[in-house]
Amino acid sequence: MSAPVIAAHGLTKRYGKATVVDGIDFAVAKGEIFGLLGPNGAGKTTTILMMLGLTEVSAGEIRVLDHDPVRDPLGVKRRVGYLPDQVGFYDNLTAFENLAYTARLMGIAARERGNRIAEALRRVRLFDVADKRVATFSRGMRQRLGLAEIVMKRADIAILDEPTSGLDPQATVEFLEMIEELKRAGVTVLLSSHLLDQVQRVCDRVALFQSGRIVLMGTVAELARQVLGAGFVVEVEADAAADLEARFGAIPGVSSVARVDADRYRLTADRDVRPEAARAVVAANGALRRLSVDDPSLAEIYTRFFQKQASREEGKRDAA
Amino acid sequence: MRRKGSPWQGLGTVFAKELADHVSSARMLVLEILFLLIGCVVVYFAIDQIRQTTAEDPFVLLKLFTAGRSSLLSLLAILGILIPLVAIGLGFDAVNGEHNRRTLSRILSQPIYRDALLAGKFLAALATLGISLVCLWLLVIGLGIILLGVPPSGEEIVRSLAFLFVTLAYAGIWLALAILFSIIFRSAATAALVALGLWLFLTLIWPMLAPAFANVISPPDVRYLLVGVPSPNTAAWERALNSISPNQLYGEAAAALLAPEARAVGTTDYIGYLTQLQGAIRGSVLPLKESLAIAWPQTVSLIAGVIVLFVAGYVVFQRQEVRA
Repeated sequence: MSAPVIAAHGLTKRYGKATVVDGIDFAVAKGEIFGLLGPNGAGKTTTILMMLGLTEVSAGEIRVLDHDPVRDPLGVKRRVGYLPDQVGFYDNLTAFENLAYTARLMGIAARERGNRIAEALRRVRLFDVADKRVATFSRGMRQRLGLAEIVMKRADIAILDEPTSGLDPQATVEFLEMIEELKRAGVTVLLSSHLLDQVQRVCDRVALFQSGRIVLMGTVAELARQVLGAGFVVEVEADAAADLEARFGAIPGVSSVARVDADRYRLTADRDVRPEAARAVVAANGALRRLSVDDPSLAEIYTRFFQKQASREEGKRDAA
Repeated sequence: MRRKGSPWQGLGTVFAKELADHVSSARMLVLEILFLLIGCVVVYFAIDQIRQTTAEDPFVLLKLFTAGRSSLLSLLAILGILIPLVAIGLGFDAVNGEHNRRTLSRILSQPIYRDALLAGKFLAALATLGISLVCLWLLVIGLGIILLGVPPSGEEIVRSLAFLFVTLAYAGIWLALAILFSIIFRSAATAALVALGLWLFLTLIWPMLAPAFANVISPPDVRYLLVGVPSPNTAAWERALNSISPNQLYGEAAAALLAPEARAVGTTDYIGYLTQLQGAIRGSVLPLKESLAIAWPQTVSLIAGVIVLFVAGYVVFQRQEVRA
């Protein structure tokens, strides 16, 4: 991993006695899509605001692109684009005028401004409505306009807070595609969400927040291994004279084999073992009819994690 | 710990945007029409009265600001009421409006400090008021020249310009107050109501309460009561308490600037008293320098009030959380 573009050490935020963010550590590498994940009120937005210097840091340290947001917020905000939760625009102005205002605040030179705005609007497919007042825009269009602002800024980091909540499925798909476009353009993306399947679709790594702490962090596969024990479930449907169950069990990485039906087996493994399973069937002279893998879903990891935690706490209470 | 970067970055941009918003808004249109109508009507009546009563007056044009069918209908009195309303109207949703439109965090994530946003908003609204007041001033002076046929003297111009400046400071107080409330209260309606409530209290109720408080703090001396003259201590307290109200300060400063002639003996108002004291020595009309000196403390108090209220708003805004 190259030098991280965002690095937090023991980052803490207190409001009076309540600790909203409690000593979190994380690092985001250049060019990755990093997901902040967790229930509402877990401290995601507060963490984001601390990155931008929009709220004070109570303890710990955070560096964004080698700037300290506490002392040099302008240095950070010049290079980081932020799309707030439920972004708002000036309804009486057109899309173009709204962007022109922020372009001036960003300090984009006057002769460049028109081109940059037009290019950004084209990228988010809002160019046709550039001269319409934002009051007429749907929620999805407003979110895209917010994204256009980040594109126009040519930000190195894009921070998106709940960008897809409240969007219809079609708009969500479009928006996620645009996030992936950003990644292809070399932008590091920080995405906060509680919509798990979307996070899983676009994020390279995720951090799971719970009451101010990061309780899990890593790629989805890594999390699956941590929480579900093994990450991959491979289903095999095959007929063979030989004892397939034993042969499957001998494949390295497979932790358990269950015979679901007469000709159906379920393999739990820490990686995708489909090739080995296929080879095993063929070696046993069997007829392979179906071979499928269930990707570990983030939703499953998430619910299982909180279930485990609840049962652990119950156990503690019983012990006491 | 010092923060890096200039607090003024983006100030010009915010100023230009807010000014454009004000100037093109429906609010401003109503304001302009109101100023135009009031200017015309009040000046018409003032001229009517001046024609009837004044034979020779060195400051006929200044009379346009103070004369009227009654003292309540002079331009000065109407401005005293209208300006707070307009200033509150321009400022009551300055910050909470951005919160409620959810534009605040987006704007503050641009490379500017909060200083620029707040100062830009304040200056833009003040400039809007300034433009309207200058228009009104030109209208009044212009109508005066046309309808009375008297060219303005240099001193009249200076005095009325000084009055314009004091008026702007008076507007600044109410504007800073409205913006302060727009920061404190998340709902624009609450901010407007509280600001209007405070305005009503200071203009209508406080002038009645101040003498009562003065009597309690420093009971009048029996010897003065017997002669039928207000006790100096009580009067001083009353004056001090009255000065809390910007209306009082504005009225005093305006009177000193616009009515330089000595007034009847036994007048209860302080400026009349001061003007008369000075005038008794120097002749019937107070020179410009003396009038400016009399108006100076009130003007400085008004400007200080603007600064104090703006700083209070600034401090609250800096500590406020951005998230909705």
